[in-house]
Amino acid sequence: MKRLLSGNEALALGAYHAGVKVATAYPGTPSTEILESMARFDDVYAEWSTNEKVAMEVALGAAYAGVRSLVSVKHVGLNVSSDPFMAASTTGINGGMVVISADDPGMHSSQNEQDNRHYARLAKVPMLEPSDSQEAYEFMAYAFDISEQFDTPVLVRSTTRISHSKSVVQVNRSRVVPVRQVGFERNVKKYVMLPAHARLRHPLMEDRLVKVAAYAETSSLNRVGWGERHLGVVASGIAFQYAREAFPKASFLKLGMTYPLPRELLHHFAAGVDTLVVIEELDPFLEENIKAMGLKVVGKEITPRVGELNPAIIEQGARGVGLLTGVPAPRKADIVAELPRRPPLLCPGCPHTGIFFVLSSMGRRLKLPNSKGKSSRRSTLTITGDIGCYTLASYPPLNAMDTTACMGAGIGQALGMEKAGITNKVVAVIGDSTFLHSGITPVVDAVYNQGKITVIILDNGTTAMTGRQDHPGTGISAQGKKTKAVDLERLVRGIGVEDVKVVDAFNVKEIRVAVKSCLDNPELSVIIVRGDCAVRVPRRSGPRAVDSGKCDQCGTCLMIGCPAIQSENGQVQIDTALCVGEACTICQQICPRHAIGPQSEVEGTKCP
Amino acid sequence: MSIRNVDMLVVGVGGQGVILASDIVAEAALVAGYDVKKTDSLGMAQRGGSVVSHLRIGQRGWSPLIRQGEVDLLVAFEKLEAARWSSYLRNGAVAIVNNHALRPLSVNVGTERYPSDEEVSDIMRQRSDRVYTVNGTAKARQLGNTRTLNMFMLGCSSLLLPIEVQTWKECMTQRIPSSILQVNLTAFDQGRKEGLDGNIR
Repeated sequence: MKRLLSGNEALALGAYHAGVKVATAYPGTPSTEILESMARFDDVYAEWSTNEKVAMEVALGAAYAGVRSLVSVKHVGLNVSSDPFMAASTTGINGGMVVISADDPGMHSSQNEQDNRHYARLAKVPMLEPSDSQEAYEFMAYAFDISEQFDTPVLVRSTTRISHSKSVVQVNRSRVVPVRQVGFERNVKKYVMLPAHARLRHPLMEDRLVKVAAYAETSSLNRVGWGERHLGVVASGIAFQYAREAFPKASFLKLGMTYPLPRELLHHFAAGVDTLVVIEELDPFLEENIKAMGLKVVGKEITPRVGELNPAIIEQGARGVGLLTGVPAPRKADIVAELPRRPPLLCPGCPHTGIFFVLSSMGRRLKLPNSKGKSSRRSTLTITGDIGCYTLASYPPLNAMDTTACMGAGIGQALGMEKAGITNKVVAVIGDSTFLHSGITPVVDAVYNQGKITVIILDNGTTAMTGRQDHPGTGISAQGKKTKAVDLERLVRGIGVEDVKVVDAFNVKEIRVAVKSCLDNPELSVIIVRGDCAVRVPRRSGPRAVDSGKCDQCGTCLMIGCPAIQSENGQVQIDTALCVGEACTICQQICPRHAIGPQSEVEGTKCP
Repeated sequence: MSIRNVDMLVVGVGGQGVILASDIVAEAALVAGYDVKKTDSLGMAQRGGSVVSHLRIGQRGWSPLIRQGEVDLLVAFEKLEAARWSSYLRNGAVAIVNNHALRPLSVNVGTERYPSDEEVSDIMRQRSDRVYTVNGTAKARQLGNTRTLNMFMLGCSSLLLPIEVQTWKECMTQRIPSSILQVNLTAFDQGRKEGLDGNIR
C-alpha cells in the first residue's frame, strides 16, 4: 500500500510494525510527531516523559524487561538524556531499544546546531541514517534487529528535512511483536554498574563495535551504485538526495549505517573511482572517519560546516574545487528589493503578553510613547529566560528577555548573577512544561542556597511551542487519558519557597502588583502566571475595536506586539478576525485613553 | 505546463492554512498516480511567521527542496510573501497571488515599510509575466469564513494541476472536519471559477 508519510510518521509506523511496546519522548522540534504518531496506536504504551533523561530511563527499563522500546528526542534532547544513553550502551539491553535523534541543521527551531552523529562514536553504538520516508519506515526494522543481535541501543539519526518532509512510502509490512516472555532477569554483572562490573562491560562494548563493523560490510543498508568512475560520492541521510541531484551521473556509496563504517567496502569503492568525495551536512563526521582509514577524500572543501545543505550549495562548492566543470552555472538570483522580514510572533491573545509588558515597562525597557525619556535609562531588571514560545519576548517591542541557553537554564543563571553580586534585581522566566522538564532542581538549589531571585512560571497549561502537547501539569496523558496533574503551587511550596503567588495572565494590574511585591521582597519568590494558551481558546467572542474619537495615536497598544493590532499611517486598527476578544483584553487594560473596548460598544457609540 | 513534473511553492503567513493546503495537493497528486515530495519551512512559532511549502509532483529531482529559479507554480496567500519567494520562479512560470496584505509587526511599529502594489508587481515580473492576482480573502469573507482562503487558492491552482476535481474533493473531505467541509468545498469551487474567469493557465 502506498502512503504519503512524513519522515516522523514513517519512523513511527516502522517502529510500530517492528513490534515496539513502549515509546517515550519529550516534545522537541523536529522530533515531536514521532511520539504523537506512536500514541495513536492502542497496543503501544506511549508517554510524554517529564524530560528526555526520564524518557531514556523508562525506555531502558522496558528494554531490560524484554520488550522493544523507542525513545525520540531532538538533538539537544539527547544532551539531556546522554547520561542514561551512555549507561544503556554500557549495560546493553534485552529487548531491542532504538533512540531517534532528530537534528536541526539550519536551526529552524533550535538554540544550537550540533551534529549528533558524534554521539554514536561517543557511546559506541551503531547509527542508521534514513534519507527519505521510505527508508525511515524500513530502517526501523533493521534498527531493532541490530539492537537485539548485538545487545546494544541503536541510534537512528534524522534531520528536520527528513522528519518534516513527506514522500511516498510503500508500506509492505504489518505489526509483528517478537514472541518473548516479558520479564526482568536479574544479572548484576550486566545491569548493576559497579566499577567492578563496568570494567567487564567496556571490553564487550569494544568487541561489539568490531562485530557491528563486520555486519556493516555486507549489510544492504550500505550500497554501491556504479555510475561514471571519475567521481565517487559517499553520502547518507538527506545529503544523499541533494548529492544525487547535484551529481546525477557519479558513482555512489550510499551509507544507511554511518557508524561504525564499513572499512573494506569504503576501500573497495575508493579503488573504483578517480576522485572520492564525501557530501555531508554540518560536521566532517564521515570525512574524518574515512580519512582515518587512510583514504584520500574531498569533503569540507565542497560543503560548509554551518547551516542546512541544499543541491545549489553542493554545486557551487563542487565548482569551486574544479568538479562539475561541464555543467553551466545557474543564473544569479535577481536582487530582490529589501523586503520587511516576518519573524514569528506571540499569538493574538497569548497569555505571555501581559507579564512581559509588565516586566518590560517596570524594568524600563519599553519606550512608552508618553513616558518622557524614561526608556533612555539603563534597565533596572535583568530577565533570564528559557526555551519556549516566550523566548520570542526577547524581540522588540517587548525586549523582555536577556538570556536563553537551554531547557531550565534561566533559574540557575539568575541565581548565579545574584551570587555574583549584580545590583539589578534578577527575574527568571520559565514556561510550565519547561519548569517541570528541568526547572525544579534549580529552585531546590535556590531554596537551599538562599537565593533572592524571583522565578516566574508561565503556566499556559500546555507545551505550546512544539504544538500543544500535554505534560505532567495538565493531567492528560500522551494517549489522551485522564491522569493526575502535578500542582505547581504545591510543588514550589513543598520545595520550601514561602512567597508564592498565583496571578491571572490576562489581568495586567494583578500581574503588576504581584511583580512589584516580589521585587520588593528580599527573599526567594515564585509567581505563577496562569492563563490558557491562545491556541486553546475554544470560543472567540467580543473582538476589541479602537474608538478613533478617543484614540490619540500614542502607540502604547502597539508595544505589546499583538499581531491583531495593526497601524496604518498612524491609525491603529484591530483585526477582528485575529483578536481573541473577551478572553484577553490586554490592549484595552493598558490603553491610557480608554479608547479600546468591545467592537459592539465602540462601534455603537460612534457618531454616524 | 508539463503534466509530468510540477515544482510548486505554496507560501503565506502562519495561520493562513498553507500547510493544510499543500498537504491536500500532495495527497491529491498521490491519488492521481504521481510521485510526490513535500517539505515545509515554518520556523519556530505557530503563528505570524513566514511559511513556505515545497511540493515536487512527478520525478524531476530527488531533493524535497526546490532550487531558486526552478519553480513552475507559486501560490501566494499574501502579497509580501509572493514578492519574497518570487526568486524561486523559473522564467515564465505562473504565480497566483492573493490580493491581500498582512503587515508584519516591524511595519506596524514603523521600522520597516510594506512594499507598494507596484513594487510587488515589479519584483514578480522580473521573473514572469504570468502573474495572476485573485481576491481570495474578499471571497472567503463573503463566504463567511476567512479561513477558507486556502481552499479558494487551491481551487485557483487546480486548473494548472493534472488532478481531477473529484480527487481534490475526496482529499479535502478526508482532511477537513465535517462541520466546515461544505463551506470549504464551496470556496474551492469559487476559486476554480475565479481561475477560469481570470483565464489562469
